[in-house]
Amino acid sequence: MSARTLTINQTLVSAREGESVLEAARDAGITIPTLCHLDGLSEVGACRLCLVEVAGSSRLLPACRTTVSEGMQVQTDTPRLQEYRRAIVELLFAERNHVCAVCVASGHCDLQDLALHVGMTHVRYEYLAPSCAVDTSHPRFGIDHNRCVLCTRCVRACDEVEGVHTWDIAGRGVAARVITDLNVPWGEATSCTSCGKCLLACPTGAIFPRGSTVAEVQRDHSSITRIMTARGERW
Amino acid sequence: MDISELHAIAERERARRTSIRIHCCTSSGCMASGGVVLHEQLTKAVSAAGRQAEIETVAVGCMGFCGLGPMVVVEPEHLIFERVRPDQAAELVGALAGKPCSIERGDPQHPFFARQLPIVRRNGGQINPERIEEYIAAGGYQALYHAVHDLEPNEVIEELTRSGLRGRGGAGYPTGLKWATVAKSRGERKFVVCNGDEGDPGAFMDRSILESDPHLVLEGMCIAGYAVGASQGYLYVRGEYPLAISRLQKAIGQARRLGILGSQIFDTAFDFKIDIRVGAGAFVCGEETALIASIEGRRGQPRPRPPYPAEQGLWGFPTLINNVETLANIAPIINGGADWYASIGTAQSKGTKVFALTGKVRNTGLIEVPMGISLREIVEDLGGGTPDGVAVKAVQTGGPSGGCIPASLFHTAVSYETLAEVGSIMGSGGMVVMDASTDMVELARFYVDFCMDESCGKCIPCRVGTIQLHRLLSRIRAGEASRAELDDLEQLCNLVRDTSLCGLGQSAPNPVLSTLRYFREEYEALCQPEP
Ligand SMILES: Cc1cc2nc3c(=O)[nH]c(=O)nc-3n(C[C@H](O)[C@H](O)[C@H](O)COP(=O)(O)O)c2cc1C
Ligand code: SF4
Ligand code: SF4
Ligand code: FES
Repeated sequence: MSARTLTINQTLVSAREGESVLEAARDAGITIPTLCHLDGLSEVGACRLCLVEVAGSSRLLPACRTTVSEGMQVQTDTPRLQEYRRAIVELLFAERNHVCAVCVASGHCDLQDLALHVGMTHVRYEYLAPSCAVDTSHPRFGIDHNRCVLCTRCVRACDEVEGVHTWDIAGRGVAARVITDLNVPWGEATSCTSCGKCLLACPTGAIFPRGSTVAEVQRDHSSITRIMTARGERW
Repeated sequence: MDISELHAIAERERARRTSIRIHCCTSSGCMASGGVVLHEQLTKAVSAAGRQAEIETVAVGCMGFCGLGPMVVVEPEHLIFERVRPDQAAELVGALAGKPCSIERGDPQHPFFARQLPIVRRNGGQINPERIEEYIAAGGYQALYHAVHDLEPNEVIEELTRSGLRGRGGAGYPTGLKWATVAKSRGERKFVVCNGDEGDPGAFMDRSILESDPHLVLEGMCIAGYAVGASQGYLYVRGEYPLAISRLQKAIGQARRLGILGSQIFDTAFDFKIDIRVGAGAFVCGEETALIASIEGRRGQPRPRPPYPAEQGLWGFPTLINNVETLANIAPIINGGADWYASIGTAQSKGTKVFALTGKVRNTGLIEVPMGISLREIVEDLGGGTPDGVAVKAVQTGGPSGGCIPASLFHTAVSYETLAEVGSIMGSGGMVVMDASTDMVELARFYVDFCMDESCGKCIPCRVGTIQLHRLLSRIRAGEASRAELDDLEQLCNLVRDTSLCGLGQSAPNPVLSTLRYFREEYEALCQPEP
């Protein structure tokens, strides 16, 4: 495997061929905010938080889906990017009902961390305040659509790691929802093995263990990664 | 099958024809106004007059002047009859024997016809799209024969590149370059996909081509397959186009029976199959990566590019995706030559473009005009201006991805570059004419509403940004917003445009940005006065 040298924020960085800009930046100690990305899962480039400026490209590119190339010049933190990231996080907070004060994941939530990271002080957009269901039909877990950010990490963890594909998305636009099996209550989803990988993957309090209360859910996303790497090493 | 058989079919077809042909449009537009019944009645009227030996009635495809349908044209004299009712069938046939006739007559020299340059619509209104013999008699499938027998794949691509043809699906990507990329990409298999999703509100150019001349598109796909090295093609047509689908199915069956599709086409080693895939009517499925997902049987959602479909498309194999109208240009280019095609249009935009002309304009319908024609000529000469003679205010091109061009810029020549310069796009060909009564803020809100509904929801800026845009526009429209919020509107537009994943979100703010650019005073008039 050959190496590539690129510049990220004026710093020369070396990266492995085929690696993403996100990986290269992280190895160099440069943080790029992400949400739909989770180590070990395929990249969908959906949340747009990792967008970076690349010299020679008129469009902003998602660092998670952009492969490094020799001599590439990347900017990850320009005022424009900072502004766009903050606006995207605000859009998310305005979309559903993210009331941290009563959320099981408060304090252990990627969305909260993101809001801090991008310096969000208020939400400039109108809160859409949709009425979303909470499904507690599964004996061990629940899904609260009020907290879902549609990152599809649960969908991919279930499909790519557990190999089951219980989760998917139905509907489109803001009406899109994660569903289990053919849109049946989770407890009736016969494909679900109750492995809990979706819970580990979920960045917010949307998927939660039943019986947990405010700020109780702590999870370690890296366990998904461990499974994926272990599999990678074995094969 | 060799070339002499192709000629023989054409010969037989010409010999079979009667001296007078009554062409009656039975495509979707005229069908809705009674074209099919009219065709039946005309056939009966010819029998009743005992003139079957010299007159035949032909159910043809769209002639373009859909606003005046059902249209009937009698050849070879080219007599045009407009808005013909089924009960007028006998009168029309009588008119051919010199009897008096009260049916509205069209003028073939009318600028609506005279200013057009039909290339892809050449057979529209001339042939029965359900009979391959008529297509062959009109010179059909000779380009394919010539390509597979006399040209190397790279020579076909070379010809296309020299012709200057660019994609008619909206973005105007050079077709020759796209074909060359797919041809050079390595893959065990390759695919050709025809994009017939046509989801823009108000657009029906592709439907008309598919309904009126399905073989022209099949021939383009076959030539594409030969050039890029694919043996399978998919025609993705939206489910709302049942007539197009049934005519395509017939056309594929007929071509297969003659050995023009399938294995060893024209007795060469080239195999090519075409299957139809029916879309379920989501606008986003016209986006190429979403379309691919849809054909693969997955949720129709875009994915980031690169990799482009030319390298990794259907099931990961190199895939050529072209629009219906793009593919309809292929056979004419191979027949007429690159030099002929490149002689039409402007320096960067060659050939013709089909537009669906609608709105506040006297003559509505489909027009095929050479690139470089000015918007004024289209609106005033072909379109005949507004019905009540009031001034035209603007035209909207490119549908929900496009923008409004004010009348002061009507000298703009139609080309990919010039339309982009004035803040719109060529798009797939919707063209809506507006007069002073059109409320531009409401217009922008209409298109944003469309994009909001059609957003797939995958990426945040488009999913949530479009609904926030809609909320803001609604507030402005209701007189609840302050002037400062116009800046918020513009910022939100920039965010959605710059950060969305696919073209839907990236272009959704265009109708807002272009109306803000040219009609800002209409927005300001709705805003609350500064305190
Ligand atoms: C939201 C969206 C909708 C689209 N819809 C269509 C469509 O209906 N028909 C089409 O040909 N291209 C459509 N396109 C463009 C296609 O992605 C693609 O560029 C095109 O089919 C390529 O063909 P061409 O090179 O012949 O233009 C759409 C693009 C976007 C972003
Ligand atoms: S439930 Fe959680 S993991 Fe699944 S899409 Fe929603 S936020 Fe993402
Ligand atoms: S821009 Fe809109 S349609 Fe395109 S991927 Fe994002 S949400 Fe889906
Ligand atoms: S992390 Fe790259 S787009 Fe979401």
